[in-house]
Amino acid sequence: MTTLGLILVLAFTGGIIGFISLFSLVAIWTERKLSAHMQDRLGPMETGGWHGWAQTVADMLKLLFKEDIVPDAADKPLFKIAPYIVLSGSIAAFAVLPFGAHLIGSDLNIGVYYLIAVSSLVVAGILMAGWASSNKWALYGAMRAAAQMISYEIPVGLSLLVPILIFGTLSMQGLVSVQSGGFWHWSLFSHPPFGLIAFVIYFWASLAEVNRTPFDLPEGESEIVAGYHVEYSGMRWAMFYLAEYANMFLVSGVAVALFLGGWNAPFSFLEVSHEASPLWHNLLGFFWFSSKAFLLVLVQQWLRWTLPRFRVDQLMKVCWKVFLPFSFVNILLVSLWVALSGK
Amino acid sequence: MSNHQELNIPLGATPEKIMQIAAEFEDVHGETMVLQMGPQHPATHGVLRIELETDGEVIVKGTPHIGYLHRCFEKICEQMTWPQIVPYTDRLDYCSSMNNNLGYVLACEKMFGIEVSERVQTIRVLVSELNRIASHFIAIGTYGLDIGAWSPFLYLIQEREHILDLFDKLCGGRLLLSYIWIGGLSHDLPDGWLSGVREYLKYMNGKIKELNDLLSYNKIFIDRLANVAIIPAETCIQYGLTGPNLRGAGVDWDIRKVEPYSGYENYEFDVPIGTGEVGTVGDCYDRYMVRVREVEQSLRIVEQTVDKLERLPGDDVRAAVPKTFTRVAPGEIYDRTEHPKGELGFYIVSNGKGKPWRLKCRAPSFSSLSVLPEIAPGLLIADMVALIGSIDIVLGEVDR
Repeated sequence: MTTLGLILVLAFTGGIIGFISLFSLVAIWTERKLSAHMQDRLGPMETGGWHGWAQTVADMLKLLFKEDIVPDAADKPLFKIAPYIVLSGSIAAFAVLPFGAHLIGSDLNIGVYYLIAVSSLVVAGILMAGWASSNKWALYGAMRAAAQMISYEIPVGLSLLVPILIFGTLSMQGLVSVQSGGFWHWSLFSHPPFGLIAFVIYFWASLAEVNRTPFDLPEGESEIVAGYHVEYSGMRWAMFYLAEYANMFLVSGVAVALFLGGWNAPFSFLEVSHEASPLWHNLLGFFWFSSKAFLLVLVQQWLRWTLPRFRVDQLMKVCWKVFLPFSFVNILLVSLWVALSGK
Repeated sequence: MSNHQELNIPLGATPEKIMQIAAEFEDVHGETMVLQMGPQHPATHGVLRIELETDGEVIVKGTPHIGYLHRCFEKICEQMTWPQIVPYTDRLDYCSSMNNNLGYVLACEKMFGIEVSERVQTIRVLVSELNRIASHFIAIGTYGLDIGAWSPFLYLIQEREHILDLFDKLCGGRLLLSYIWIGGLSHDLPDGWLSGVREYLKYMNGKIKELNDLLSYNKIFIDRLANVAIIPAETCIQYGLTGPNLRGAGVDWDIRKVEPYSGYENYEFDVPIGTGEVGTVGDCYDRYMVRVREVEQSLRIVEQTVDKLERLPGDDVRAAVPKTFTRVAPGEIYDRTEHPKGELGFYIVSNGKGKPWRLKCRAPSFSSLSVLPEIAPGLLIADMVALIGSIDIVLGEVDR
């Protein structure tokens, strides 16, 4: 690798980490405000002046200065690295997220495959954290996370196959660029109703992936008191928190890239062509991608503050007996469509 | 239902054979794990510790350990004069102190032969029904919280807040009221208080439907509660479960109907019972739904009492309060009232002095909790949370 290449990689990694931190600060604030207004409250109003915008910044600073407690009975090395493995899993997956026509870490020809593989690292970190904490509640959280993973990974993978079958590529940029030219070209709408079914299945299963209500079983604060991160404090706990929000953006970003046209605008007159100005083309692409993904994040937050939580066996039932058969039939029909249309 | 398997060793087995059977048993069933749920756990509704023996997430045995909030209520009462005990009853079930006051005061009045006016009785019914609503809102809201739904809890806290504001205007207290005195009430109704209650009734119009749409009829919520932790009527009676827990098992038993006190026979209200509408009679959903419907009935009673109080002429609410309690006749009494948690009974023995010789409080939460070891085996940990929430215990009353 050349020096320039190395510098670019480092710059991009820095950019991703910066983006994740900034996004988390904003998303935590919106979640607080959204939940507050849903519950007849105001939420943070003081810190920073306008509607408590600096509350999450202040909290982050507080977490930085907090004591990092490692339980005596914990498996110390595992306990210490677990949060970083969780976070690095999501950061690594950001590498193939297409923020714009050229704003992508690496446009791998097996982008989607890489993404599914790398984002599973998060669960390995959660298992580690739960096991190493030497706490029974944390162990339950870890075991639930493992059981949950094998349940949602298959519907997620199968529903992601639908746009791949339609467009015939695994590359993220390849998938996004064929969806250009208005929202009716997005895979959500272009092959009705298969795109829509796949999107719905993906979205629900991805809620299980990011441990959000109604699938927040590994955390389940009223049952297993915060689950796998019950023993964590300070910055290590913040890493879990950061990873949770990074993951929320990640799964939304994947949904946007594969189903909602990625960085393409809903109408082509809202775009600047690459020939006219490459800079504005990328910046507008970034805008559309981020706002679509953020919209999905808001939907996740909305669901969280509305729905109760599933039980473990009910989650399995939903994933194996509902999502899985539907995904299979969906794939079969899409394959037929693709085969018959002779692409 | 229970996954707990017994180890079967045939008679006359050799030690090698026994070791082999034991090893196979452990391979198949594994070892159980002891898990301490509480005393600091968000779903135990206070300082309750439940020792769970679990096989994976399935509970093999559940043993509640109580006493973290023991305050020697009954012993303290032996040192106190009769009216001094009223504030102590506030702290039994701190979510419904009006009903506690009423239970103790009625027992005393029966023993001393004190008659209170119809207006005082009506005000007592009004405030204790308001407090029943407040208590049920806490039960329903925290139950939603246990199941993972956050927002209904905060909505119900908001609606309870209006009741606490009314109490604040009435007697200056919000949680611990000591409003009902032996022989009367501590204060008369302030000016315009009844119109405040009317406004509250208007405000509550349609709120229960909103709650039902958001929580009660939510598919996930129903799935979590239907057919979970069934307590059959027979078990309820054996363990002394009363109130909404007993009615949830389909038994039509309400002290307000079967032994009316304070003029409850004059009001029109229904006694909701569990019908197993989404599962089996006596499951968590039935117990939950009985509480929701009782709130509706209590609102009906409140409306009737307000109508009645507006007709009745004003009188002195302290008219029947005895000047002194030093010369009461010796005797004993057991009196029970319908408390939001169940039957609240007071057994009081007086030896003719100014203090009770012995006071025994029959706390409904204590009996409700006692059924837990019977129901726990075979539940998942998540179901355990659903069970504890559905029997609606308050540890202040369990431990006393």
